[in-house]
Amino acid sequence: MRFRKLMIKTVLNAVAWILSLLVLIPFVVVIINSFKTDAEVNVLTLKLPEKWMFENYSVVFERGNLAVSFFNSTLYSVVSSLLLVIVVAFSAFVLARNTTKLNRFIYYFLVLGITLPLNYIPLMSVMKSLHLINSQFGIILLYTAMGIPISLFITYAFVHNIPKELDEAAVMDGCNAFSLFFRVIMPLLKPILVTVFVLNFMNVWNEFTAPLYLLNDVDKWPVTLAVYNFFGQFSAQWNLVSANIVLTSIPVLLVFLFAQKHIVGGLTSGSVKG
Amino acid sequence: MKSKNLYPWYFSSGAIIIYTLFIVVPAIVGIYYSFTDWNSYSTVKNFIGLDNYKEIFAGDDVYLTYIKNTFVFTIFTTIAKTILGLFIAILLVSGIKAAGFHRMVIFSPQVLSFLIVGLVFKSLLDPNYGFLNNMLESLGLDFLAKSWLGSVAWAMPSVMAVDTWKGMGYIMVLFVAGLLAIPQDYYEAAEIDGAGFFQKLFRITLPMLMPTITIATVLNITYGMRVFDIIYVLTNGGPGYATDVINTAVYQAFAKGYWGMGSALSSVLFVVMAVVSVFIIRIMTRSEVER
Repeated sequence: MRFRKLMIKTVLNAVAWILSLLVLIPFVVVIINSFKTDAEVNVLTLKLPEKWMFENYSVVFERGNLAVSFFNSTLYSVVSSLLLVIVVAFSAFVLARNTTKLNRFIYYFLVLGITLPLNYIPLMSVMKSLHLINSQFGIILLYTAMGIPISLFITYAFVHNIPKELDEAAVMDGCNAFSLFFRVIMPLLKPILVTVFVLNFMNVWNEFTAPLYLLNDVDKWPVTLAVYNFFGQFSAQWNLVSANIVLTSIPVLLVFLFAQKHIVGGLTSGSVKG
Repeated sequence: MKSKNLYPWYFSSGAIIIYTLFIVVPAIVGIYYSFTDWNSYSTVKNFIGLDNYKEIFAGDDVYLTYIKNTFVFTIFTTIAKTILGLFIAILLVSGIKAAGFHRMVIFSPQVLSFLIVGLVFKSLLDPNYGFLNNMLESLGLDFLAKSWLGSVAWAMPSVMAVDTWKGMGYIMVLFVAGLLAIPQDYYEAAEIDGAGFFQKLFRITLPMLMPTITIATVLNITYGMRVFDIIYVLTNGGPGYATDVINTAVYQAFAKGYWGMGSALSSVLFVVMAVVSVFIIRIMTRSEVER
């Protein structure tokens, strides 16, 4: 009996390792090949490079227009996430607290965007008429808009769990709407707002479709578009493309490592009853 | 009176304005454009009624292929991610060693962009220098090596496999959270009654996980119907029309300057998703209320 249990445990552990390896191997292949020479990279293998080409990375950084696109991606991610946190905190607070028929309608109207597809062709003409096409400000506002539905959904549920008695106590102490919001509600919402910020940061950093349709100016491209364009030019040199892939994935992997708890929390909230 | 002062309506106006301008207005304008022949070759937009829609549903079979592919992609990736996600989640909560490490590794592709994942697999699956065919050859399995993304028969399964590879970690995390919420006494009671692994799985685990299964399915369906990035990067819809879905067709119509037709294709997807959404939002908010 004990032997059988040990067998099962061993098999289960082995299966878990096989699954992890299946996920890791593609990454390992890319990392190893990012250090190879043009000649050696002709065939992608797990063999270590004969000569470690660290200079691939500096080549990629210069030729891939990465300084500019790193700046752009950071700008888009940070500013749109900040704006998102502000508008979502304000609206979640009011919509969850004052549940009139109209407010419930507004809530569903906004949350419906979780599932609806974006129509980029008319979006282009709408942004043109607002003078926001091919502009950094325009794309930041668009990213904020795209983040609103899911962020509101998870923040709304969080506001619901803050006891309403706190509001009453605050009013007794002489709070008005603004001081109630900034002094009482905002500090309590901090954990969920951090989650909203991190999730949106990562989504925007990884986003690819909006700039493909809306930004035709190289100087405004985010990292994703710069990488795609680099691939178009250097598709025969997989060592350089691999270095480019590694380099541009580092920021988002770092964010993931530091903010794991918030990311997983945001993904599961609303979907699992606890 | 008091609550009106405490919860001013204009607090929600920022979200409403931005969302309406960038999400809702384009959707409505798009439906209008879908009835026109708007294109990049002329300055006038002519109203042509249902002609675009007639072409999609009654004209060339190509458009029906896009719609069929979208459904095939959605159905298969939904099933694959749900089953794999559930399997891995059960494995990881069964008391194996280094479960936290495995969970992080299997989740990690979720963090990367579709573009990056697409480029990585474009290299791995290349017929000539790709890692996969290389591996198969060195294992003496040459006959299995093929042009994964370049053959009509294998392109769609390959794309779906890559997408599942990326997305299963997300679904796994949902299931892990769901599994941890099941009270342990249920299993203890079942064990006392002499229940085996499968009895516990079908009588306790799966019924208790129904809300999570529902949400996972819903998320996978909405994602699958809207898929674009991963296909654009891996195959750009080819070879032929083998992996073309609605959104890659919209992009091609956009790039060719057929904006009226692109809007019509987009609107078809919009209408389908709007109908589905009503059910979806109801399911999602119901699980919220029960909490």
